[in-house]
Amino acid sequence: MTRPGPHSRIRPAGTIQAVAFVAVVAVLPLITGQHWLVSLLVFTVMYAGLASAWNLLGGYAGYPALGHGAFFGVGAYAMAIGTSHLGVGGGYRPFVLIVPIAVGTALVVLPIARLLLRTRAAAFAVLSITLMFMVQTLAYNIRSLTGGSSGLIVPLAPFPAAIFERPFYYAMAALLALTLAVCWVVRTSKLGLALNAVRDDEDRARGLGVQTELVKLVAFAVSAGLTAAFGAVWAYYITFLYPGFAIDPLLALGAILMAFLGGRRTLWGPVVGAALIGPAQQYFAYRFGASQLYLVAYAALFLLVIYLLPEGIVPSLARRLRRLRRASPAAATHDQVATDSIFSAGDLG
Amino acid sequence: MHLFVQATIVGILFGGVYALIASGQAIIFGVTRTVNFAQAIFTILCAYLSYTLFTDFGIDPFLSILVLVPAMFAFGIGIYVLLLRRLSRSGAELGLLVLYGLGIGIQGVLDFVYKTNNRVITPGYANNSWTVAGYQIPEVRFFAFLLAVAVLGTLQLIRQRTKLGRALRATTQNPVASRLLGVDVERISAIGMGLGVAAAGAAGGVFGMILPFNGNTQYDLLSKLLSIAVLGGLLSMPGTIVAAVILGVVESVVAATISPDWSAFSFLVVLFAVLIIRPQGLFGRRLRGAL
Repeated sequence: MTRPGPHSRIRPAGTIQAVAFVAVVAVLPLITGQHWLVSLLVFTVMYAGLASAWNLLGGYAGYPALGHGAFFGVGAYAMAIGTSHLGVGGGYRPFVLIVPIAVGTALVVLPIARLLLRTRAAAFAVLSITLMFMVQTLAYNIRSLTGGSSGLIVPLAPFPAAIFERPFYYAMAALLALTLAVCWVVRTSKLGLALNAVRDDEDRARGLGVQTELVKLVAFAVSAGLTAAFGAVWAYYITFLYPGFAIDPLLALGAILMAFLGGRRTLWGPVVGAALIGPAQQYFAYRFGASQLYLVAYAALFLLVIYLLPEGIVPSLARRLRRLRRASPAAATHDQVATDSIFSAGDLG
Repeated sequence: MHLFVQATIVGILFGGVYALIASGQAIIFGVTRTVNFAQAIFTILCAYLSYTLFTDFGIDPFLSILVLVPAMFAFGIGIYVLLLRRLSRSGAELGLLVLYGLGIGIQGVLDFVYKTNNRVITPGYANNSWTVAGYQIPEVRFFAFLLAVAVLGTLQLIRQRTKLGRALRATTQNPVASRLLGVDVERISAIGMGLGVAAAGAAGGVFGMILPFNGNTQYDLLSKLLSIAVLGGLLSMPGTIVAAVILGVVESVVAATISPDWSAFSFLVVLFAVLIIRPQGLFGRRLRGAL
């Protein structure tokens, strides 16, 4: 089994990927003026970020977190309360709130994370989703703050109708870039190695002197903070919050599905997964309505991915490429080195 | 005080139903090491089936159990054979996601067939109750409690007194050693899964008589079942039953004395408080492994 070593150097192939990715993401919404298409892009980029943020804890550290809907909802409600109660103002000003919301969520979550991380595996999965149900109940019950089941309205952003989605899209895209940068830093640092060790054998890692508690806490808090940041942008975009909708068990499941499809524990896997499933998800929801057959299609897709592509697309492709290259040693040219290094960032364990 | 005792009685009675459903989950966790995230929707599915059998065919929900239990037993075995068995190599946490996904799919089908408005099964005796020493004992809850005790007793007899039960307990303790000693672990796991799902089958009808339900109720029930599982220690049957009764009582007392809005939340607080002291739950052992 190969494990990613600390890739401390910034390699040319990696730089090319990053630049190409930023260019594509930056240009995408300019191609079309269709509102539903741009809206679909907003959600797809958001899910790419959510899946990448989940990957920090669920992928690298191997802690099966199912409750990220809680942090998303906290970010969303914080944005709504900030804009409607605190009088932050309209226009672009609410975007400034994203920073304190993300940092605040990451800090507030620390004591809870410390408690949850005392459990592992199935118990952790159960507690993480239980936490989400707790936050949802709070959102229903603290009516003075959240409006309870009648919901909370965020003031509509005063952007021109023709390009209404663009500020939200670029906010999501910037957060996605930040999330990927964080993932990259984690992967290439000692923190990533420590998280790998936690996933492989936590007790042995601790015995060997890895600061398991600390690295788990960092992964949890950063993952939660980033998720809250996406929730904040989403709230300003959606303009209406309802507990069952802002704090949704399906949100984490969607992120997990995308991470699995693309390849969890890889840098680009969650993005690939989101690019494939995000649009399909929006289409299903639009075509079949928010429940019923949408849920059936979603579940079917989920089972198909787990059974047919348990490793995910990026690791499978990387393996195929490597096998191809091994079959023809003469073809080991610069191109091959470049294509290989695209995927070498992926953990093929 | 009267209110408190009354709420405790009602809570213990319904706690029996939680115990029944959650015990099924514990048996499944024992043999597959997978938390059954679909146990709640299996219960709702059976509530709907009892509802149809009652409204369209006039079959009493307590009688429809005779049909639902064997049907759900077979269903559980089917799920194990078709879905979970293949995962044994790639880890039990994937199974949790598979069952969660399956549960969402079943909810989609139920929402499609029955629509999403609340249903409740109302036989003639649904609102009857006896008055004993000044306290109300609702008939349905009382019979539901008796049913739970009967089914749990039967399960306990199977586990303690039969060869199958010994194999089940052995597989729960150590699958590898059991296999070495000649236990057909796959078959036993399939049967365990069947028994666990059948417990939801037994509880579905009474659940549907006591609480109004729709597909989305699964999350409400799921959060309770999962809390019970962790509080009880996932594997332990006595732990599960104790945790379920605690849940029933806490929920009922808080609903009566404070507000029904906070009843589910209060149990979650109890759960987290216990976990600060005992991360493995009341009766559990520490788990290892990662996703």
